Amino acid sequence: MTNPHQIVGQSPLRKEGAAKVLGRAQYVDDITLPGMWYGATVRSTIPRGRISSIKLDPSFPWHEYTIVSAADIPGENTIVHLTKDHPCLATTHVNHDSEPILLLAHPDKAALPPAVAAVHIAYEVLPAIYTIEESEQQKEIIWGEDNTFKTYLMQKDRQPIPDEIWQQADFIVEGEYRTGAQEQLYIENNGVIAEYDPEAGVTVRGSMQCPFYLVHALTLVFNLPPEKCRVIQTETGGAFGGKEDFPSVIGSHAALLAMKSGHPVKICYDRAEDMAATTKRHPSRTRHRTAVSKDGKLLAGEIDFAIDGGAYATLSPVVLSRGTIHAPGPYHWPHLTVRAKAMATNIPPHGAFRGFGAPQSIFALERHMDKIAKVVGLTPEEFRRRNFLTTGDRTATGQLLSDPIDMQALLTRALKESNYHAKRAQFEKENPTRTIKRGIGFATFFHGAGFTGSGERRLASEVAIDVTPEGRPRLLVSSTEFGQGTNTILCQVAADALALPYEEVLIAQPDTAHVPNSGPTVASRTAMIVGKLVERASTQLLEKLRTEAALPTPHTAEDFKQAALRYTQQLGNLEVCVRYEAPGDIFWDDDTYSGDAYPAYAWAVYVAEVAVDTTTYTATVTDFHALQEVGRVLHPILAAGQVEGGVAQAIGYALYEKCIWQNGHLANNQMTNYIMPTSADLPPIHVHFEETPCHHGPGGAKGIGELPMDGPAPAILNAIEQATGIAFTEIPLLPEDIFERMTLTPDSGTEALNPAIAGPIFSETTA
Amino acid sequence: MRSNVTEYDLVAPTTLDAALQILADSPDPYTPIAGGTELMVALGAGRLQPRKLISLWNLEELRFIEVSGDAITIGAGSTFTDIRNHPVITEEFPLLTQAASWTGSIANQNRATIGGNIVNASPAADNPPALLAYDAELTIVSSSEERTLPYRDFHLSYKKVDLAPNELLQSITILRNFESYKTYIRKVGTRNAQAISKVAIAALARLKKGSIEDIRIGAASLREVPTRLPLTEQSLLNKRVTPETIAAARAALISESKPIDDIRSTAKYRTAIAAKLLEEFLQSL
Amino acid sequence: MTQSTLTINGHAKTIEAPPMKRLLDVLREDLHLTGAKEGCGEGECGACAILLNGDLVNSCLIPVLQAEGAEITTIEGLAIDKKLHPIQQCFLENGGAQCGICTPGMILATHHLLDKHPQPTLLQIQEGLSGNLCRCTGYMRIFNAVEAAALTGAAK
Repeated sequence: MTNPHQIVGQSPLRKEGAAKVLGRAQYVDDITLPGMWYGATVRSTIPRGRISSIKLDPSFPWHEYTIVSAADIPGENTIVHLTKDHPCLATTHVNHDSEPILLLAHPDKAALPPAVAAVHIAYEVLPAIYTIEESEQQKEIIWGEDNTFKTYLMQKDRQPIPDEIWQQADFIVEGEYRTGAQEQLYIENNGVIAEYDPEAGVTVRGSMQCPFYLVHALTLVFNLPPEKCRVIQTETGGAFGGKEDFPSVIGSHAALLAMKSGHPVKICYDRAEDMAATTKRHPSRTRHRTAVSKDGKLLAGEIDFAIDGGAYATLSPVVLSRGTIHAPGPYHWPHLTVRAKAMATNIPPHGAFRGFGAPQSIFALERHMDKIAKVVGLTPEEFRRRNFLTTGDRTATGQLLSDPIDMQALLTRALKESNYHAKRAQFEKENPTRTIKRGIGFATFFHGAGFTGSGERRLASEVAIDVTPEGRPRLLVSSTEFGQGTNTILCQVAADALALPYEEVLIAQPDTAHVPNSGPTVASRTAMIVGKLVERASTQLLEKLRTEAALPTPHTAEDFKQAALRYTQQLGNLEVCVRYEAPGDIFWDDDTYSGDAYPAYAWAVYVAEVAVDTTTYTATVTDFHALQEVGRVLHPILAAGQVEGGVAQAIGYALYEKCIWQNGHLANNQMTNYIMPTSADLPPIHVHFEETPCHHGPGGAKGIGELPMDGPAPAILNAIEQATGIAFTEIPLLPEDIFERMTLTPDSGTEALNPAIAGPIFSETTA
Repeated sequence: MRSNVTEYDLVAPTTLDAALQILADSPDPYTPIAGGTELMVALGAGRLQPRKLISLWNLEELRFIEVSGDAITIGAGSTFTDIRNHPVITEEFPLLTQAASWTGSIANQNRATIGGNIVNASPAADNPPALLAYDAELTIVSSSEERTLPYRDFHLSYKKVDLAPNELLQSITILRNFESYKTYIRKVGTRNAQAISKVAIAALARLKKGSIEDIRIGAASLREVPTRLPLTEQSLLNKRVTPETIAAARAALISESKPIDDIRSTAKYRTAIAAKLLEEFLQSL
Repeated sequence: MTQSTLTINGHAKTIEAPPMKRLLDVLREDLHLTGAKEGCGEGECGACAILLNGDLVNSCLIPVLQAEGAEITTIEGLAIDKKLHPIQQCFLENGGAQCGICTPGMILATHHLLDKHPQPTLLQIQEGLSGNLCRCTGYMRIFNAVEAAALTGAAK
């Protein structure tokens, strides 16, 4: 059926865009409910210890306040993600700075800070650990029996690597790579408003990605069935994963205060609290050991991948999983062993952040690939070309890549768009005599869309479409909008499938009382998985109207409206609901970690051009090209916007954003001290798309939301290696780090800087 | 918002005299607030100690820029936008225009005042190095007297300035003497905009027949106060720019720098980069 | 408590509030104009930006007493006769808003920029918006929106 209005592939106006530019969009802190009180959290001031006493200052008017402790929790004192190790409120012990202990509510927001200050908590301090290494050493056991949240062993063909491979390899190249934590820094802080009714149960509205995750959390905290835990997503000002698991914490807190106070309670964090207390990206350490032949073929790889999960497990097992599966990259590995572990430290628990483990392991891999190339004597480009996966190959988990892939062509195109070869030669020639050294580098990578393995089958996502009294179709999904374009693309897909104008299609606010569980809005799954369900539901709706309400074929928008009205008048409520059906061609084995890891992959090559000012040792990205194959570009402006925004965040990850903890407390928990790029810091970001349609997504779409986070950091450090001659292996890479390394003198026992590269105006090494 | 605003009092007299009278009369000290870009941050964070404030915002006796034949006088209540927009400052005092342009953001420049920047006395403040290089003179007033003071004598120690609780900084005067000087100013921050400086150098030099006849170097974040670099200046006076004098100047700078490690940067980095900025300046002469 | 009289989007309003109450909170709480947002409370993010006597300012840093007599424009005052202001239209058409939380401040910063530089260079746009942080877009589409707005002569 042809649709004269085809909107997929166009860039219609964002569904909720007018409200946003008018300043009318209602974010949670814009909302006030009648009789609403405000809530605050009393938090630990030490990273680890036993709570020896909690005293309320007797001179304080506590009768005005509602106070909630763990004793008030009707159900389980746990914030459930995957395990139940995470208390909703601490009781006898705290395991991280800023751990929630008590909750306070009061009708006057200004009355809360002095109340928090009037709670005096005494601790017996216990030794705290802050790094993966300290956790591994097990001098302190802070979680489980060995500080280990989770481990994975992923072996190609489920076999260990034969010893002969190492013995016979022409080269064995080793490297260790580290990435730091990163704060999501959504411009809207976490916030919720909760209400409690003894009959109806709990209602929480707020800033979040996954309403049904919060429903689940509330069912445990309140010992209520899901029907009595209603969650409504309000307009959300950025999330990036930082509002995937964390709303379960703040939502439970506000609901407890609402229950005990008898009033709706709003908790909105300010920036300092949000930064200090909520989840960050997992820091990582990756060790590579690679056997390579002299003609540049990968023979075998051992990858040890470790992430720091903070004090409680939260989503660490899943972050670890994705990082593990992406660790080998888009290459053919005849033999591969990945040993992965997530470790506990006394830092506020880390959680989801765009990329979710892949930026960490891909950083290590793409830096290591450049290292191997250097050792073997090939260019970074040639070495990769000799090892790319191609159509018909199997990945390290044994997944058959049946959809066409052409990394060779992608690499050729990306290098051409960025003028890579000419620039590389030019910088090589000019750098010795310039104060500002330049470099160009790239990364080649992939990102799996959707939940891992059997995840989508387990989620069993649902999508519904009903019609309004005016006869307009309305999508009912729990997928949330937080800037990435959920509302818009799902309406586009529906519009085309229903053969209606885009403007006719509505999408309901995600309210768990009215929408089915479409799964969480994460994992780059919305376009592909939920979009496909929207397409199916739309088709079913048309079928229903054709069979039962005389909808003609073809139909106009008016025909549709009339048929819908006919249906509702004669037959009652019109709604179709569809559920995800795992395609027959996806098989995954959780025990051996093998099989089809993801339904689809997007493939990419990113090229970064940098300038390193040897006066100030500041590295800046001066140009950036991002090329990716994404199946189908549903909305060119939104898709480019996703890539541009993700590249910007990844530039921050590589060069600007450092979390500085002192005694386990985030010392730079302000925007003035946590440095994200401004409009004056970013390069032009050139986005290029290719489309090889994939049957899993509507119109062939795959996922793109997280992919842009994976490539920039290693591409940037690869470029900095050309500029400075130094192979930096850790991010964030700050000017102070470049300075330290570039000014090492020969007698300090490590590689000194080659003056021929450093240039004439560089006196530290000769001083 | 961590403060209870009902606990604070703010008065806004309409003249400078009235403001000075309040400061002279009151037993509890009033803290002046001009553009508020510093104190309101403290208020929001719950750490604004003083409870009584007196507004200096937009007082016409403080917010002016006057040009005479031999000097320019900038009222302490002038905003950075006022400074950036003034043609004589742009023409003759480029160090000040540049410093003003990288003080905070445009929205902050529309409110923050040069007086506030000086009196708040952060060693990292953006404008003091330029004012020090230009040998600015301050006019300080109270209800009973007016006095002038070389700006370089204003900063006494970390965040302590030569200003009594009943006094206000009224204006900053710079002589229009710098036409023949070469200029240099560079700030190294955490990013290109809206950055607190890790280190900054503002410098002026007048050369005669290749020899440095006069040299002034102001620095941020090299000591606990904004500072000139007298030893460095001394090492360059009446010298030509040669590899030897550059090396001596660098050594002098390193000897008179005592920066700290803090959340933004390290002492080692600050010193090393300051020396490189100095060298960059000298190479440009 | 003191009384302050402000003109908000062309309408005179008298506010009774503690003199140190932040203008941002007066707008949001007393006047129910929630377009200006609190992203940081320290004048770094620009989400609270408004125009005060035509100047772009961060309203989280202004005590209401100092705004006495001022003419204030918030995002709510930008639309012209129930139609989008050209800057708003350009942001909408060019993908200049993703999550939208920075958008009111960003649009007012754009308005301020185009007032001073009706045909801004890219460098002037970067500088003009450098006090408004956006975490979603990477700024590219915002620059496009500003350039498009400049072409419509939006400064008028």
